[in-house]
Amino acid sequence: MATGTARQGLRPDADIKAIPIRRPWRWAATALVLVLLAMLLTSMVTNPRYRWEIVARYLLDGSVLNGLLLTLEFTAIAMVLGISLGVLFAVMRGSSNRVLSWTAAGYIWFFRGTPLLVQLVFWFNLSALYPTIELGLPFGPVFATLDANTLITPFIAGVLGLALNEGAYMAEIVRAGIVSVPKGQLEAASSLGMSKSMTMRKIVLPQAMRVIIPPTGNNAIAMLKTSSLISVLAIPELLYSVQIIYGRNFQTIPLLLVASIWYLLATSILTAAQTRIERHFSPDRDPGESYGARLRRNLTSRRANVKEER
Amino acid sequence: MSALVRAEGVHKHYGRNHVLKGIDLSLEEGQVMCLVGPSGSGKSTFLRCVNHLEAINRGRLWVDGELIGYRQSAEALHELGDKEVCRQRERIGMVFQSFNLFPHYTALENVALGPSLVKKESRAAATAHAEELLRRVGLGDKLHSYPARLSGGQQQRVAIARALAMRPRLMLFDEPTSALDPELVGEVLDVMRGLAGDGMTMIVVTHEMAFAREVGDTLVFMDDGVIVESGDPREVLARPRHQRTQAFLSKVL
Repeated sequence: MATGTARQGLRPDADIKAIPIRRPWRWAATALVLVLLAMLLTSMVTNPRYRWEIVARYLLDGSVLNGLLLTLEFTAIAMVLGISLGVLFAVMRGSSNRVLSWTAAGYIWFFRGTPLLVQLVFWFNLSALYPTIELGLPFGPVFATLDANTLITPFIAGVLGLALNEGAYMAEIVRAGIVSVPKGQLEAASSLGMSKSMTMRKIVLPQAMRVIIPPTGNNAIAMLKTSSLISVLAIPELLYSVQIIYGRNFQTIPLLLVASIWYLLATSILTAAQTRIERHFSPDRDPGESYGARLRRNLTSRRANVKEER
Repeated sequence: MSALVRAEGVHKHYGRNHVLKGIDLSLEEGQVMCLVGPSGSGKSTFLRCVNHLEAINRGRLWVDGELIGYRQSAEALHELGDKEVCRQRERIGMVFQSFNLFPHYTALENVALGPSLVKKESRAAATAHAEELLRRVGLGDKLHSYPARLSGGQQQRVAIARALAMRPRLMLFDEPTSALDPELVGEVLDVMRGLAGDGMTMIVVTHEMAFAREVGDTLVFMDDGVIVESGDPREVLARPRHQRTQAFLSKVL
């Protein structure tokens, strides 16, 4: 019977039912990965030094949750300000006015070129450079004088440092997005009589978003973790609050696990949000074609499609 | 009767590259002018000067009695502001070789966008008019398709509807069928033929000599930035006077 169907497959007028190519190395690799994963999981469960009971005790601890909240706050504020600064400096960078474009280039050069840690400590110590900050007209009368020491709290220094640094990276991302929009789109918009700002809002930015969002999501996730640097300013965000606890009870590993669990949970939520936003800005893409499917398609070399293409 | 489009001594250069070397022409309302010539002859550049996508370097260009891109006072020529240029372009529709539909909007949204944003028409009115135009170009069943899901011919017909939605006085076509598969050229030319029949004033840069012969009121042959000869399309195509025209036509006909 089996030979019967095989013979039938040889007839040129029958539907092709070829025997698929065998991939022994793919099977070997899968088996190896499964074994390694099993070993890792077993050790996590059986090794008592993980101290999971301590992890459980501190996971919902009040000061840990407060720390998490601060981390989320700093991430949100820094990203919102960073994206705004990024759009502003990307547009300035593309200006035909040399003063504006060079100022933007200088900003990007400086804030990408120095370590964030240095910038944070710098803002924190701004009062050493400018003891007072005066509000008034440039080179003119002064209306109010503020003490830099009271104005630049650790919170303000943290926000300034994170946002200004993020703005420099975002400016480059936004710029790449804007230049990715073909010139014909601008010409079509112009020929309809659209103004420059209308063209920017309705034609350029929505299309640029497709290029802007993946790296922005990346940066938001990075920011969530980078914000732990503000622990040097003694701000009790997630990392600093677990450091305080393990400074007292010396349970370093379990408490770092607590922080890691929260960081992982938060990044997972951000990743899901990123996927949703990407879909929103690609209304013309096939909704059935997932991000993963597109990635796989572009990773594998173009062979004849044996499986039915969706 | 004054011409709808009038060009006097129009020059355009990009650095040392002199693309237009003194173009004089005029086009009456309701007429169709076909611009033909070898690539690099400056015909597309001239078309882009008419709606000020390119600024001219010398000469004058009027559409509907208005100087394009500039304002002349007693002693000087002033650049027009963004707003004024936009107002001038509203009345000049343009169709591109590569369609340039907005990929993130549906066919209907592409067509309704200009009237609702630029002319501040109500959303309902703009959409109704857009729907009517899309039916007119034979795309009543593709209203909610995104450009990526349309064939080249369909995309170009949406692009024509998009330009018409602004109720232009003049339509510019920049090689509208050059990017299309041969079997799709006809459907776009049919729409253009219909437009010409309705009395739309059109300037068409094209390589479709049959279309020029049938629909055009004037044929202008350009080469190397100048108008070599112009006249009744049947006349020019049948008996080209100039040797450069003869050489060009012998290659494309």
